[in-house]
Amino acid sequence: MLQIKDVYASVEDKDILKGISLSVNAGEVHAIMGPNGAGKSTLASIIAGKEEFELTKGEITIDGEDITELDAEERAHKGVFLSFQYPVEIPGVSVTNFIKTAINENRKAKGLEDMPASEMLKKIKEKADLLEIDRKFLSRSLNVGFSGGEKKRNEIFQMAMLEPKLAILDETDSGLDIDALKVVANGVNKLKNKDNAVIVITHYQRLLDYIVPDFVHVIMDGKIVKSGTKQLAYELEEKGYDWIKEELV
Amino acid sequence: MNLKEKLQSSYLAFEDHLQADSPLHDVRTKAMKSFEDKGFPSKKEEAWKYTSLNALLSKDYSIFPKNETAIEFNDVKKYFLNDIDTYKVVFIDGVYSSFLSQITHDVIDVCLMSSALNKSKYSSIIETYFNKAANTDSLSCLNTAFAKEGAYIRIPKNKEAKKPIEIINFATGTEAATMLQPRNLIIVEQNAHVQIIERHQSLNNNPVLTNSVTEIFLEKRANVDYYKIQNDTQNASLIDSTFIQQQRESICSVHTFSFGGKLTRNNLSFKQLGERCDSILNGVTMIEDKQHVDHNTLVHHIAENCESHQDYKGIFDDSATGVFNGKVYVEKQAQKLDAFQKNNNILISNKATINAKPQLEIFADDVKCSHGCTIGQLDPDAMFYLRSRGIADKEARALLIYAFANTVLESVKIPELKERINKLIANKMGVNLGFDL
Repeated sequence: MLQIKDVYASVEDKDILKGISLSVNAGEVHAIMGPNGAGKSTLASIIAGKEEFELTKGEITIDGEDITELDAEERAHKGVFLSFQYPVEIPGVSVTNFIKTAINENRKAKGLEDMPASEMLKKIKEKADLLEIDRKFLSRSLNVGFSGGEKKRNEIFQMAMLEPKLAILDETDSGLDIDALKVVANGVNKLKNKDNAVIVITHYQRLLDYIVPDFVHVIMDGKIVKSGTKQLAYELEEKGYDWIKEELV
Repeated sequence: MNLKEKLQSSYLAFEDHLQADSPLHDVRTKAMKSFEDKGFPSKKEEAWKYTSLNALLSKDYSIFPKNETAIEFNDVKKYFLNDIDTYKVVFIDGVYSSFLSQITHDVIDVCLMSSALNKSKYSSIIETYFNKAANTDSLSCLNTAFAKEGAYIRIPKNKEAKKPIEIINFATGTEAATMLQPRNLIIVEQNAHVQIIERHQSLNNNPVLTNSVTEIFLEKRANVDYYKIQNDTQNASLIDSTFIQQQRESICSVHTFSFGGKLTRNNLSFKQLGERCDSILNGVTMIEDKQHVDHNTLVHHIAENCESHQDYKGIFDDSATGVFNGKVYVEKQAQKLDAFQKNNNILISNKATINAKPQLEIFADDVKCSHGCTIGQLDPDAMFYLRSRGIADKEARALLIYAFANTVLESVKIPELKERINKLIANKMGVNLGFDL
């Protein structure tokens, strides 16, 4: 589904990704781990189409189609979803209105009419229940005054509503207590099926106890330096990243 | 002959028609004299530093329309609030249109300034109120000298206008250039309540210069909601001066929606004469091209325990320019005051300009006054967030701008009007989004 081939990327002339290749198939969960500043979030941003990041070399395709020239919204229409590490606060736009607008904009891009109001309400209710989101929460301004956990839960709620083909969860576990983590992970697992794929970016193995990856990749200094199974995450948890560095030398 | 000279000679002709023994004769003569002495304001004056009238004054305006022009209701229907029933006071090129209006004398007076000025039964009211709140600045004086027509509204004690009142001034543009000077007088007595919507609308692209003056008097515990919709054509300019006097415990809110016009200057002045008054000044300015909107507000706090709240949002695209000059003046005896002023601006393009000048002048020592002013751009992180959810660039922009203006929009108390304004914003942004926030 997702093919990343030898991608180099920079921001403000600083090289961050230095030749990343990654292949993700439908039905798979990939975890990307690595120390701070290794390029994990840059990889997420460059897949989602953030303009500040410049792809200097390489190719990113979804189902064989090159997406590197597409705008962020066009990538969303192709089924790419990024759960933000730091979701943006937008006063004056309610969660409900935001998600309605997003759904209908995605439908518009596919040549579909707006989703009927009753269907929308039903879906919102269903997905809010899945993530144990209080109804009152939905009428609040987007992310304004939300706790860290509420913000992340809201991200996964949006994912549930938009049903992306490829979901990238950028540090979704940061700021979550164990109960919220379970709710969020449970939500992701229920949304997971043979046709979609998930990339989980995380520092810690903890989340991977709940969202079990098929593959684990380690990024260091802008490159994937090691790939393995879930076992690799345990090793990293136990031994840190230094042993990989040593291996590389 | 320049415009000032033309106005002087027009005034002589105009005055000839008026009764010399009218009590207004002296008021007009004095006002005209004052205008002649001061002339049109220039950029040398502090209050006009960022707004130049020069380009407007060079046009050869027709001061009084030569012919009465009829317009079809269907052609102008869209300018009315059609979803609800309203009183309507409608003028075409400054002349009352009974055909388009719906006035009343049943309990409340929703009628014409010309009646109030000329009929003897109103003479004591005119004597008490006319020109008693207006400033003596040159443009207000000019309007006073030429005051002839406009809306006259009086809501008696303990009464309520059951429907909103629309005051609409159409300019047909049948003359090459037209100058209009509507004059409104609104008296809301003790415990009375009214909602008013005011609009100036040109029907073609010929230049129009409107110099409008409105005086509003609120007696004890009166309540006024006033909405100004400024969404005019590219060659229409408006100098709108509104003077409000509040007696104790009255509440007056004025919303100004400035969405279009060549040049718009809003002079909005509140005077709080009694205790526990509340004055609310809200505005959304959203302009593009080379349009210019200047908000010049003054809240004059004279009595104790009063409040004032100002919230002005500005969104400027292309080479549009904006001015916010907001002054809160607190007299020594106006203790226990709560005055708040906020002015936030977004510059969409690099060529857009906003000149913001908040001013507090405080002579009392036990007051709470604050003001805040921001100028910025649309947050790129917020844009990326919306776009990453599949919301296209234009729609994402519209959503953020709508959200930015929302604190003002949500305070509109007439739902149909709010919906209308939402649609105006969506149209301006070229999007088809329902902002049911």
